[in-house]
Amino acid sequence: MIRLEGIERTFQVGDSTVRALRDIALDISAGEYVSVMGPSGSGKSTLLNVLGLLDRPNGGRYWLNGVETSSLSERELARFRREHIGFVFQAYHLVPRLTAQENIELPLMLAGVAPAERRKRAQASMERLGISDRAHHLPNQLSGGQRQRVAIGRSIIMRPDLLLADEPTGNLDSRSGEEVTELLEELNRSGITLLVVTHDNRLGARAARQLHMLDGRIDSDQPSGTRSGP
Amino acid sequence: MRLSDLLAFTVLTLRRQGFRSAMLVVSLALGVASTTLLVSLGEAARGYVLGEFAFLGSDVVAVFPGRKSTTGGLPPITGTAARDITLEEVDIVQRSVPGVVGVAPLVVGQAPISFQSREREGLVLGVSEDFFRIRQLEVNQGSFWSGMGLEQSAPVAVIGETLRDELFGPRPVLGEWLRVRNYRFRVVGVLKGSADSFGANLAEAVFVPVASAQQVFNVAGLFRLIMQVDPSRPRARIVRDIEARMTELHDGELDVTVVNPDAMVASISDILRVMTLAVAGIAAISLVVAGVLVMNLTLISVQQRTAEIGLLKALGAPARQIRSLFIAEAILLSLLGIATGIAIAAAALLIARETFTDLSWSIPWWALLSVSAVTVLTAVVFAWRPASRAAALQPVAALGRG
Repeated sequence: MIRLEGIERTFQVGDSTVRALRDIALDISAGEYVSVMGPSGSGKSTLLNVLGLLDRPNGGRYWLNGVETSSLSERELARFRREHIGFVFQAYHLVPRLTAQENIELPLMLAGVAPAERRKRAQASMERLGISDRAHHLPNQLSGGQRQRVAIGRSIIMRPDLLLADEPTGNLDSRSGEEVTELLEELNRSGITLLVVTHDNRLGARAARQLHMLDGRIDSDQPSGTRSGP
Repeated sequence: MRLSDLLAFTVLTLRRQGFRSAMLVVSLALGVASTTLLVSLGEAARGYVLGEFAFLGSDVVAVFPGRKSTTGGLPPITGTAARDITLEEVDIVQRSVPGVVGVAPLVVGQAPISFQSREREGLVLGVSEDFFRIRQLEVNQGSFWSGMGLEQSAPVAVIGETLRDELFGPRPVLGEWLRVRNYRFRVVGVLKGSADSFGANLAEAVFVPVASAQQVFNVAGLFRLIMQVDPSRPRARIVRDIEARMTELHDGELDVTVVNPDAMVASISDILRVMTLAVAGIAAISLVVAGVLVMNLTLISVQQRTAEIGLLKALGAPARQIRSLFIAEAILLSLLGIATGIAIAAAALLIARETFTDLSWSIPWWALLSVSAVTVLTAVVFAWRPASRAAALQPVAALGRG
């Protein structure tokens, strides 16, 4: 499903050039549960952004669902994100003036889906996430865990193949974090490819496949429980 | 994205920035209101001036003795003529120039008018029967004289209402004899209402047959000659024919001026309209100022919602959609501004109508249309750059700034 070859991403910081991703090669099959760990600045978020088509690499090639993405136009990239990729952010990124349900409906609204259909799908999704009773609350009336659930609801409303989560539990207490993690894993079991970026080892260890990054390289790529090395 | 969703989303955003939005609407409204009001004022003034010219009547040409070598401008009012226009010539022109359907030769002067012991200085108009018809005048007592040739004098008079009241008071006047200088005229009719003409009120005038007036003032020529023409014939052609005929009658010398008042009025109207537009253009500068405010508001909006823009991009909104979100905001604001501005202008016109009743106040539809178009266009033009800047944001960078 995902194939990276020789991906390079460099940033200019002042006079010096920072190589955030160095010659990354990676294959991820459909339905996998992958965690990406590593210290701050190791390039894990950059990798996630590249995978999410939010950022373009400076070099290398990236196939998503068999399409080589470096030649796609801005419009085509937007369509790819809309139809194939869901994002869950550490800071939730809910629109503050929209209710929970409206936030979940937002991708459908941008895609021009009719209001009746949107409502139906959003309500079904909220039912599944256990936040039906919060449908008409604004984000600032919700707890952190509830907000993240709304964000997850929004990320899967377009039924994407790939779910990218960047520190999804970073702002949550351990109980809410556990609930959100279980929710993500449940989605993965129903078929969505899940990639979680975290520096929480306990969370990362739950993934079937764990990537460890250091200085822009994939340092180790291990199935669960067999990770070795420094 | 559906239009209804775009609208709902935009309304929600504008309500969130309520005070800023309201201030912007006010500034747009003031621009719209002042521009519309100035156009309206200009049009009212134009209507007033044209109304003043209406004394010449429509579908008429006027012939003045004397020749102005310059074109345009008013012909000489007083008799600087090289040669008079006589009633005989009027008769010839009427019968020989096709398209002339009525003639009103005029002799005008001031003379003492008296009845018994009452006397006053008044306007005496020597006119033909056609004059009353061309000017659409009516009597409320008696009748106009009729069946008289142009060159025929008769001791009959029609008087204005004011003059009747001043000379006769409440007593019946038909059949009474009044005196103009030392000529006696029998009153056969009283003119209805009061119309302004030649800078005087016709209600204070006495009308006598033109040949009689020539005797009273001892003149052979005319003050001016008004001819009613067939509106279906080309006006310029009739003017040329009249000039040709008069030249012939005056031994080959063109010493009369033929004026087509409709053309004159049209050019005055044009001048006034250009002035109106110039003034409105100055007022429209305020709309440009409002446009700068629109730009400012859009910039702030983009800056405050950077993270949201990043999110929308992550959710798959293409650049064009992001831009249209901000353009929609600007358009909605400008529409609110237009509606408020027109409401303000309409309210001001209501007051103006009560206060200055002489002028006919209204907002011309073309002004509404063009002011609205300019306002919306300004808003879009000024919102375009900041909106495009938002659209071009890199999603990662935008999301990072929370």
